[in-house]
Amino acid sequence: MSGPRYLGFDTLSLHAGQRPDAQTGSRAAPIYQTTSFVFDDAERASGLFGQMRAGYVYSRVANPTVAVLEERVAALEGGVGAVATASGMAAIHLALATLTGQGSHIVSSRALYGGTHNLLAYTLPRFGISTTLVDPRDPAAFAAAIRPDTKLIYAETVGNPRGEVLDIPAVAEVAHAAGIPLVIDATLTTPWLSQPLALGADIVVHSLTKFIGGHGVAIGGAVVDGGRFDWEASGRFPQITDRDMGLNELDFAEDFGPAAFIMRARLEGLRDFGGCLSPGNAFYLLQGLETLPLRMRQHVSNAQAIAEFLAANPAVSQVTHAGLPTHPDYALAQRLMPRGAGAVFSFEIKGGRAAGRKFIDALQLFSHLANVGDAKSLVIHPASTTHARLDAAALERAGISEGLVRLSIGLEDPQDLIDDLARALGVSQK
Amino acid sequence: MEISYQGATTFIQTAGFAIDADKPSVCFVHGAGMDHAVWTLFVRWFARNGYNALAVDLRGHGRSGGEALTSVEAMADWLLGLLSTLGVKAVGLAGHSMGSLIALQAAATGGAAVRKLALLGFGYPMAVGAPLLDAARANDPVAVDMMTIWGHDFGAQIGGHQVPGLSISTISKRRFEAARPGVLFADLNACHTYAGGAEAAAALSCPVSLILGERDRMTAVRGAREFAKALPKASIEIIPGCGHGMMEEKPEQTHKALVKALVV
Repeated sequence: MSGPRYLGFDTLSLHAGQRPDAQTGSRAAPIYQTTSFVFDDAERASGLFGQMRAGYVYSRVANPTVAVLEERVAALEGGVGAVATASGMAAIHLALATLTGQGSHIVSSRALYGGTHNLLAYTLPRFGISTTLVDPRDPAAFAAAIRPDTKLIYAETVGNPRGEVLDIPAVAEVAHAAGIPLVIDATLTTPWLSQPLALGADIVVHSLTKFIGGHGVAIGGAVVDGGRFDWEASGRFPQITDRDMGLNELDFAEDFGPAAFIMRARLEGLRDFGGCLSPGNAFYLLQGLETLPLRMRQHVSNAQAIAEFLAANPAVSQVTHAGLPTHPDYALAQRLMPRGAGAVFSFEIKGGRAAGRKFIDALQLFSHLANVGDAKSLVIHPASTTHARLDAAALERAGISEGLVRLSIGLEDPQDLIDDLARALGVSQK
Repeated sequence: MEISYQGATTFIQTAGFAIDADKPSVCFVHGAGMDHAVWTLFVRWFARNGYNALAVDLRGHGRSGGEALTSVEAMADWLLGLLSTLGVKAVGLAGHSMGSLIALQAAATGGAAVRKLALLGFGYPMAVGAPLLDAARANDPVAVDMMTIWGHDFGAQIGGHQVPGLSISTISKRRFEAARPGVLFADLNACHTYAGGAEAAAALSCPVSLILGERDRMTAVRGAREFAKALPKASIEIIPGCGHGMMEEKPEQTHKALVKALVV
């Protein structure tokens, strides 16, 4: 039976969260550059502080410009709500801090962004939160690592730099069988390539700094709540299912139903940790988000062409892009992200560390820097930059070879990018 | 709070407060396929402003057990019995959509026990179209889509929730998705077949406030206006730019209308 249809992705990327400003008619989302909001009267002030009325109090907890971005990201992910944060790492911290506490345990994929690995492996243990890292390609390994004190499973849609594709439905099944949520970092795929909530995940985190912004001018992050996880049935989250005397006597599951998690993340996490996004950065990120569908089409199209070029180049020994049939996760990527497996991937250059350095120095169009997801193409050689202090054995333990090069493919003419790579690969082999 | 009532666990949201016989009481009744959480902001306000504030989960809904009841009359009797069990002697009653029919019927049969009545998203008769009834009968997810999209003004899909960062339509969608199989159909069919509205209107003696969405696509304002002519003490509050789901779409305006309607 067919029914009415929801607004499409391209429409939501332009409109979600913002109707023309009621007072001025402003079509663009206005920048509410203010710390705080005047109360009409004492009664309304009391109502806002006590979560009895709807509205704004202080921009650390909520701001109208930031709220447009939050709603837009939530709409594109199919979530019940979102909280925007000062960075992607702040988003990860907010999600984890809302779900865990002293003595909690996390099961995580070991194919992680370096900052996330550091948080899980070194920083969170200082606060009594431990993590077991497992092979992202083995759902049974996630299941085997779950303990009575485990609060969540954490993983990325596509690993960086090796391009491991997570079987989200399979890992979600493992998580839900244990009564814990699956938290997914979907930064590299964006909701245009993969909507983890629709595949069974419960919470999504983003670095908005990357493809969602696209312009490389603003740092930001977001946490999105799918609204389907049954916190009461789980029994592992008293901070969500019991009345909290420190938070206006709220019982988040009882009071907010499907929005329980995201309301706690905002009311506790932004209030107490303060990792809020500025309205100015929210405005910049909204400008990028408006063209996300258009840009992602070009990103993945360019990335596919360049991956195929590299795979055929004699100076390259391996390309780890899940859009290539040689990648171990090719079939999974075709099933879970048919629009493309992203635009960040790596390849192995013949000749090791020295060849890698020569290659980087010979590039003219690619920008050599430590970021991904920009509209411009980016490159980094981990063995000579982020991991330069590691010897070959230590690099191998980190899953990085001496000749590994990571690319983030931008929106340039793909033939120009191929020409730049071809020239630099030639230089690297001399 | 949870109590055992008529052989089933019955949940009543009170914002953590115990019922105090010395306080006035207000009670909120949700619509088809919904639960108590649509009323949270209002329950919290009344509870902290000197009232016993109760938002019930109807039988078979939300956190309440048992089979969903199948007629508005049965739900109204269930509600009056519950209030009596809780020791609530006089109450201001608010209902949304199906809940407004239940509240109307309960006010008519409960006599002086209901001293104020607020009918939100109200229409009578509350006929439900065959495509929606058929989809709900089949537990087809399309019924959830119909309720979500038609249950709000078009702008709800765009957003602009007054509670920052929340999605009006996706929250409502999740609530409908969470309804147990058969519940949405039982509710919609109860609305569709309810024929006691005129008789109930004639029996009312309490003040009635109709709180309506200007752009309601499920229970149009025109029908409610016509019905109000049969009520002895009726007032009408139209919320501009609002569809059927005013508690999510326009919580501030709904708050003001409810305070006006129920405060004693």
